[in-house]
Amino acid sequence: MSRSDVAASTFGKRPDDHADSPEPGKVNQPKLGPIGWLRFLWRQLTSMRTALLLLLLLAVAAIPGSLVPQRTSDPNGVTQYMQNHPDAYKVLDSLGVFSTFASPWFSAIYLLLFVSLVGCIIPRTRHHLAALVAKPPRTPARLQRLIGYRTSTSAADVDTAVEAGRTVLRRMGYRVERYGDSVSAERGYLRETGNLIFHVALVGILLTVGVFGSFGYTGQKILTQGDVFTNVGSDYDSFNPGRFASIDDLTPFQMKLDAFDATYTFNQTTGAWDPKDYVTKLETRQPGDAGWTPQTLKINSPISIGGSEVYLLGNGYAPVLTIRKPDGTIVKDEPTPFLAQDANLTSNGVIKIANGLKEQVGIRGFFRPTPGPDASSVLSFAPQLSKDADVFMSVYVGDLGLDGGTPQNVYTLDPDKMKLVAGRSPTTQQKVGGGPIDLTLGQKADLPDGLGTIEFSGIKRYVSLDIHHDPTPTPALIFALLVLGGLLLSLFVPRRRVWITAAAGEDGTVLQYAGLARGEDTNLADAVAEVAERHRAALGDGPPPDDSAEPSENPKPRM
Amino acid sequence: MTDTLAAYSLLLAYSAMAVYAIAFVMYVLDLSRRTGTAEAAAVQAASAPAGAGAATAARGGTALLERVGTITSRVAESQARSVNKATRFQRTAFALTVVAAVVHVGAIVLRGIAASRGPWANMYEFSLTGTGIIVVVFLLINFWRDVKFLGAYITGFVVLLLGLAVTNFYVAVTPTPPPLQSYWLYIHISVAMLATGFYAVGGGLSIVQLLQAAREKGKLPKWRFLATFPSSGALETMASRLIIVGFAFWTFTLMAGAIWAYHAWGRYWGWDTKEVWTFIIWVVFAGYIHARATRGWRGTRSAWLAIIGLAAVLFNFTIVNLFFQGLHAYSGLTTS
Repeated sequence: MSRSDVAASTFGKRPDDHADSPEPGKVNQPKLGPIGWLRFLWRQLTSMRTALLLLLLLAVAAIPGSLVPQRTSDPNGVTQYMQNHPDAYKVLDSLGVFSTFASPWFSAIYLLLFVSLVGCIIPRTRHHLAALVAKPPRTPARLQRLIGYRTSTSAADVDTAVEAGRTVLRRMGYRVERYGDSVSAERGYLRETGNLIFHVALVGILLTVGVFGSFGYTGQKILTQGDVFTNVGSDYDSFNPGRFASIDDLTPFQMKLDAFDATYTFNQTTGAWDPKDYVTKLETRQPGDAGWTPQTLKINSPISIGGSEVYLLGNGYAPVLTIRKPDGTIVKDEPTPFLAQDANLTSNGVIKIANGLKEQVGIRGFFRPTPGPDASSVLSFAPQLSKDADVFMSVYVGDLGLDGGTPQNVYTLDPDKMKLVAGRSPTTQQKVGGGPIDLTLGQKADLPDGLGTIEFSGIKRYVSLDIHHDPTPTPALIFALLVLGGLLLSLFVPRRRVWITAAAGEDGTVLQYAGLARGEDTNLADAVAEVAERHRAALGDGPPPDDSAEPSENPKPRM
Repeated sequence: MTDTLAAYSLLLAYSAMAVYAIAFVMYVLDLSRRTGTAEAAAVQAASAPAGAGAATAARGGTALLERVGTITSRVAESQARSVNKATRFQRTAFALTVVAAVVHVGAIVLRGIAASRGPWANMYEFSLTGTGIIVVVFLLINFWRDVKFLGAYITGFVVLLLGLAVTNFYVAVTPTPPPLQSYWLYIHISVAMLATGFYAVGGGLSIVQLLQAAREKGKLPKWRFLATFPSSGALETMASRLIIVGFAFWTFTLMAGAIWAYHAWGRYWGWDTKEVWTFIIWVVFAGYIHARATRGWRGTRSAWLAIIGLAAVLFNFTIVNLFFQGLHAYSGLTTS
C-alpha cells in the first residue's frame, strides 16, 4: 500500500484531485449517459481545480470594480465618468462594470464558487462526522515507509510495551486503539473541523448579506439647526429600502440639531485647513419619551436610535435669507443649506420662490465663510465662519418649472425658462441689472425690477446624516469570527497518525514508531521522536545508545 | 517640539537607509562568494570516485536526484550548504541589518511621539512603519529558520520603499484627521502591516523557490549560488508557513477594517476601492493555499500565485493609494 493509498483510506473524503487523494489510475471510461454526464459535471464543479479556477477568476473579476467608479459607493463618480467619457461609458455600462459586484458575470462566478463549495462541504462533513466517532484505522503492515520511522528495543515484554504506548499516546491527546501488538493513534480532528467551519461560515456570510440584507434600509437627511427630523419615509431627502424592507416599518423617532462645531488646523505642507474634529450636538426623542435627550454625534461614533444607526456624513452652512415683498411682508425666512464645493466650504445653494412675489424667482447663491483678501477670487479663504462671511447671488425670474410635475432637485436651478435679472451673463460675463447681489451678514438689498428686498439675516449650520437600518452586522460578525476561528484551526492544528508496534526480538522487545501526516506537518518526525522518547521513559528503559534511534531515510512528504 | 522630533525621525530614517544599503551590498557580495564556493564544492565532488554522479554534480544538475548519481551530487550540495551556512559577508550584513532595524525603529518611535499617535496615518508614516515591520519580521523569522539568504531581497526592497517614502511621500506631522481618530487605527493598520511583513518574506521565498526549481531542472546553470540555498521543496514549505500566517493576519485585517468601516461609514462592506483590493489579495492568497492542496498545482504554480499576491499587496499600497479614488484617501498628499 503506497502512502497516498494509506492517506486516502484513512483520512476523509476529498475531491479526487486533492493533493492527498490517490493518484487516478488508468480508467476505461464507459460511455456516459445523461445521468453520467451530470455526475461528471458535478464532479468537475466540485473538484479542487475548478474551485481554484473560480477563486482566481473572482479575484480578476473584482479588478474592474476598482478601476471605474461604482454606482453603490460613488454615484457622482459614475455621472462624472458618463460626462467625461460618453463613448466608453456606453460600452462599460452595457457590460455592467459600474455595478461590478452586482453584475451577472461577477454573481455567476461567486455563485458557482459557492455551489462548488457546498458540493464539497456536504460529503466532507458527513465523512468527518463519521470519522469523529470512528476508531483509528488498523496499523499498516510496514511502517518503514512512513514518516519519522524509528526502532528501538526495550526490556519490557510486548504486552506491557503496547499498553504503555497506548497510555503515552492518550496522554498526548491522541485517540488510540490497540490492534494486536500495535497501537494506532490519531489526533488533530479539529483541523478538519476548523476547515469545515471556515467554509460553512463563508456560506453563512453570503446568505446573511443576501437574505438579511434585504430587510434593511438607508436614507439621507440634511438637518439644519432648528429643524426637527421625524423618521418617516416622507421626511428623508433620499430613501433606499432593501427588497423586503417596508417604509411603513420605520420607528418614528425624532432628531433635532442643536449645534455643530468644527475645528481645523492649518497644514503647513499643503497650505490648507485640515479638519481636526467635528462635534455634533443633537437632541433625540423616541416615541413615548416625555422630553428630548441630548446626544453627541461624531465621525466614527454613530448614535443608535430606534433600531437605526445615525452617521455624520457631511456638514455645511445654511445662510438665512429673508425675502420680503415691496410692502415689507415676509415671503420667505428660513435657512437654506448650501453645499460645500471645496475644503474651505465655498458653498453654493439655490432658493426658489414660487409664490408670493409678482413673478417666480430663482436665486443662485455662493456663500463664503471667510472671503479672502484677493477681491477677484470668489472662493472662500478658510472654512471657519468670520464676520465678513458673505453671499453672492444671481437672480432669475420666469418659470421655475415646478408646475410640470417632474421631480426637482432643490439644489439646482434650471434657468432654461428663466431670465437673468441680476448677476453676470454666463455667456458674455457682462453685468446684468447691476451685477450679482453681494451681502454680508445683516445687509439688505433690493431685488431688481421692484420684486422686493432680500436680507442676509443669519447663518445656521447643518449636518448631512446617513440613517441606516441593517440587520446583518451581528450575524455577519458571528460568521466572520467563525471564519477566523475555523481558519486558525485548519491552518495550525496538525492532523497526524502515529503507530507503535512491538514484537519479541533477540535482545528484548523491538519497538517501531512511525507517523503519517494529513496536509502540512513539518514537525511530524519530531512528534514521532517525542512519542518514542516518552514511551521509552514510561517503560523505564535507560537512555538510548546514540545509534538506537535511526532517523528515517524516507524522503519528506510532498510539501 | 513636534517639528524637531519629526526632523530627528527623518534623520534616523535616512541613517537606517544608509545602513540598509551597506547591508544590501554585503548580502550581494555574500551571494557572489557563494557562487565561488558552490563551484569549488562541485569540483571537489567531481574528483570523488563516483564518476557518473560527479558529472551530474559538475553540471550543477540534480535531475537524477533519485538515481545513481544522487549521492555524490547530494554530498556536493550539502557541502556547499554547510560551507556557506554563514559567510563572513553574511554575518556582517546580518549584523548591519539589525543595527539598521534599531535605527529604523527609533525613527518610527520619534515620529510617533512627534505626532502623538500611531505613526501610520499617511503614506509616509505607513511606509516608514510598514518597512520597519517587514525588517523586524524578517529578523525574527531567522530565529525559526535561517532565511538570511533573503537579506539582499529584503534590504533592497526596504531601501527602495524607504527612498520612495522620504522623497515622494514625505509630509510634515499634521493632526490625525477626524475619520482616523479611532482605536481601530491601531488594530486594523498594525495587523495589516504585520501581514505585509509575512507576505513579503514568504513571497521572497517563493521567488527563490521558483529560481531553485528552475536550477533543479538544469536551467539557470550560471546561478550557482542557488546550490547553497535550501531545496525548492524546503523553500516552498517555509514560504507556505509564512504566507499562511500572513493570510491569518490578513483575514483579521479585513474583518477589523469591516468593523471600523461599520463604525465610521455605517456599512461594513461597500466595495470601496481599497476594500476591493483587500478582497482581491485575500482571494489570491486563499487561492495559493487552495492550490497547495490541489494536485498539479503544488510547487511552481502555487509559487506564482504567492508572487502575484505579493505584487497585489504592493500595488494596493502604492498605486491604489495614490491614483485610485476612494474613501481610504489618507495618503496626506492631496489637498482635496
